[in-house]
Amino acid sequence: MTDGLTGLAAMLNGALPGDAPLLPLFILLTSLLASPILFALPESAARLRTGINLGVAALKVALVAWLGFKVSQGVIYDIRFTMLPGLEFKLQADPLAILFVSLSAILWLITTVYSVGYLERGPHRARFFGFFSLCVAATVGIAMAGNLFTFLIFYELLTLATYPLVIHRGTAEALRAGRIYLIYTLCGGLVLLLGTLGLWVLAGTTGFVPGGVLEGLVAAHPLAAQALFVVLVGALGVKAALVPFHAWLPIAMVAPAPVSALLHAVAVVKAGAFGIMRVVYEVFGIETAQALGMTAPLAALAAVTIIFGSLKAITQDDIKKRLAYSTVSQVSYITLGVALASPIAAIGALAHLIHQGLMKITMFMAAGNLAEGLGVKKVSEMDGTGRAMPGTMLAFSAAALAMIGLPPLAGFVSKWYLAQGGLDAGAVWVVALLLGSSLLNAVYFLPMLHRAWFRDAPEPTGERAGAAEGAKAGTAPGPRPPVGWWLAGPPIVTALMVLAVGGFANAPFSPLEWTRFVVAIEYQE
Amino acid sequence: MTPDAMSLALFVPLFGAIAAFVLPRAASVIGLVAVLATCSAVAWLAREVMAEGSMTVALGGWAPPLGIALRADGLSVAMLAMTGAVGLLVSLGALDALRDARQRQYFWPLWLLLLTGMNGVYLSTDIFNLYVMIEVIALAAVGLTVLSGTRAAVQAGLEYMYASILGALLFLLGVGFVYLEAGRLDFAGLIAAEPSAGLSAALALMVVGLLLKTALFPLHFWLPAAHANATAPASALLSGLVVKAALYIFLRLTTYMPLPDEIVITLIGALGAGAVLWGGVQALRAERLKMLVAWSTVVQIGLIFIAFARAGQVGLSESWKAAALLILAHGVAKAGMFLAAGRIRTEVGHDIIADLDRSAIRPTLAQFTFALAAISLIGLPPSLGFIGKWSLMEGAMAAGYWHWVVVTMIGTLMSVAYFSRVFAGFLRFDRMKGELAEHKGWAIADVAPLTLAFAAITLGLMAAPILSFIELGYPFGAVP
Repeated sequence: MTDGLTGLAAMLNGALPGDAPLLPLFILLTSLLASPILFALPESAARLRTGINLGVAALKVALVAWLGFKVSQGVIYDIRFTMLPGLEFKLQADPLAILFVSLSAILWLITTVYSVGYLERGPHRARFFGFFSLCVAATVGIAMAGNLFTFLIFYELLTLATYPLVIHRGTAEALRAGRIYLIYTLCGGLVLLLGTLGLWVLAGTTGFVPGGVLEGLVAAHPLAAQALFVVLVGALGVKAALVPFHAWLPIAMVAPAPVSALLHAVAVVKAGAFGIMRVVYEVFGIETAQALGMTAPLAALAAVTIIFGSLKAITQDDIKKRLAYSTVSQVSYITLGVALASPIAAIGALAHLIHQGLMKITMFMAAGNLAEGLGVKKVSEMDGTGRAMPGTMLAFSAAALAMIGLPPLAGFVSKWYLAQGGLDAGAVWVVALLLGSSLLNAVYFLPMLHRAWFRDAPEPTGERAGAAEGAKAGTAPGPRPPVGWWLAGPPIVTALMVLAVGGFANAPFSPLEWTRFVVAIEYQE
Repeated sequence: MTPDAMSLALFVPLFGAIAAFVLPRAASVIGLVAVLATCSAVAWLAREVMAEGSMTVALGGWAPPLGIALRADGLSVAMLAMTGAVGLLVSLGALDALRDARQRQYFWPLWLLLLTGMNGVYLSTDIFNLYVMIEVIALAAVGLTVLSGTRAAVQAGLEYMYASILGALLFLLGVGFVYLEAGRLDFAGLIAAEPSAGLSAALALMVVGLLLKTALFPLHFWLPAAHANATAPASALLSGLVVKAALYIFLRLTTYMPLPDEIVITLIGALGAGAVLWGGVQALRAERLKMLVAWSTVVQIGLIFIAFARAGQVGLSESWKAAALLILAHGVAKAGMFLAAGRIRTEVGHDIIADLDRSAIRPTLAQFTFALAAISLIGLPPSLGFIGKWSLMEGAMAAGYWHWVVVTMIGTLMSVAYFSRVFAGFLRFDRMKGELAEHKGWAIADVAPLTLAFAAITLGLMAAPILSFIELGYPFGAVP
């Protein structure tokens, strides 16, 4: 960190209370304890619920900021609790954990605002926010898990807490999606349990240690180590939506928009990608994984997923489905960056963990606004939406351009590092892959932008006419915006963040800067 | 005779049962007080065992082989504590669940008699005493089964009684053989006895009798109907506690009279696998909620036997611990689940799984309780069921017995499948005609099941102390 900042840091360090060794636990408990309270609130206590939601989410952001600051000062947090002889429940706050925790804490706050606006009149709000809170607690646990055993506990909790959210609408379609989601993720979880047990039996530890814990095993039983790699990464690949385990993600888009945002940006797919990171870097160690010959196939799988997701996205007319396939493609950038086994690519991967979250959450919230405000759910209906909802569509456009990789937006930064990393690792094909993928991104995003901004809205007919006329000829003076600020605000905020993390990528405490910090640790430089 | 904790744990519920029978109007009060007092005695005993490791008391001052001795070690106190704690919460649940005066009148004496028998099993040190106690348990359990008074319950109770009598007879035959061969019936005598064909035959008879009583596949035929048709508190006691008594005797007996060889252990594990698969299929097909829960008991019993067999003869002393963990986990979770199922039935008015989503009434807390208990039974972290399953699979993997791992994983997937049939009913509402009612708030009656289900989850966090407690006094491998 820069010199001026060190002075500020020293000052802040004095101002903040000494050490709170249980800080990670407090962060976990904020949303974990909020959950039963939210469950218990009656449906009618909307204001109280909103207050608790926002209060706890804001508190969490503050605590995470404090934690991140402390960790950057070199404070080490380590909370252990023996579950079985030798087997520990362990929370840690290493820089990699901070990266993920900050993402989830900040996006949780924004998504909560959005959800309040989105669901305010819907049924089952107590249930929704209770599980929502539980979801975020699970994500925090996943981020701060100090070993694979602890990771597994929260990974399963995440599955259980998201299932009721996916089927929140309670329709037959939602139920079907929920069932498919549950089958995929619980099978993945079971295989992860198998892998964790295997690791425990073979190596006598499930710890996350930079550089890996498996050197002895790899030397003695390379085949067992390879099998373990396949089992663990395969299990995590279900949530990370790696082909061929991706099918649940597009189906789960029947969930309400805030839940999609949660699945795609904050929690679920990220948990999978993050887990792959932990396993490759801190269970096997990148050099060991490379020596086993496992990184190249993983990179190839990620490449296939990137192209496959993009190609599928082009053919979708449903906005949310198109975005879902785009997620399949974009999340695999993270896996690709990990699998390339180059520190530069790793920077790209980690930065993309954050950047993809910001971009995708913007787009899903915008898509939710289109559906709520204008009843637009298909790409072919998007004509003229830019004029009807300029704020939302500006945010959507910024995120889309960032996804395509327009400099200096967020997506460009990650792609730049990934390409550099590919060259660094001697894999020139990565550059071609990224160029191709960007081209495909443009193919499926630009027509949406074109429709939104350069085509006129169709003559209002049928159902939508009523809504549109109601908005125009309403009793209120002047045209009423189709959605309120609770809905319009959040995507604009995240879009601004997309601009900021790209434009100020080199500023201290930017995700990219923090990422360099993490990579230095994982590559033990 | 100065009162000691073990005698109290035996005689308090016995006198309570008599008092509750004689004074039916005060039955509930007497019952609660007796259960509470028994729990206190067990707590006292637990403290002593923690200090001393294990304790022995000769009833009336007569030492074995002539007299009756009671012995407590970590495992037996863990079972006593589970029985007492689950029993207390079920008793609280029964206060609300038993609306009918006649049911209340008979429930308390029967349940206290059952408690006497269970405690007797966990404290006994000779096999004749064990036989007496399992007869006491059978008598009370059959009574509890038919308590609801419906035709189905009476029929199921009758079937249960036949199975029970047959099981007890086989056990008694085995006891007779042991006496002929060894001339003694106490555990120390069993350990000291020279292995012989006669003793092996005796062990075989006793084990088959016990398997019948604990309902291991294919001897489970009596269980589902009996457990599903009883009233909710009775189901909770039968499923959570009663089948564990025979299981416990099985664990003890095979410690003192080693099973002859690997094949027998594998066979027992294979029966467990059969239970997991067959019970899973039946649970998937079950039409009624309580029937599904009862089949899940068959599955869990099978799982416990797989845990017993997971690492063959070599790993047996470790496998016992995995089995013991699963026994405790199932006791707590299943009692909570049956009580919750009873609550759902009371509120909604039926327990047909396919129609759960057609109901406008949603007893939210009972549904939540059911889901929590299911998490432990499926074996998802961090519940005690998860820890048990982890120990099972860990041992099997370390020993290279992959078949047990595979069966356990298949069983887990099936349990997800059958329990999610129920969850879907709780959560969907599109098939409902008319308005959705406001969520039911909580009722006092929800407290007991919720506490049980919550305990099943959080006890997983305490698995390490539980394990070291179970090992107190070396229940598996030392002379009693």
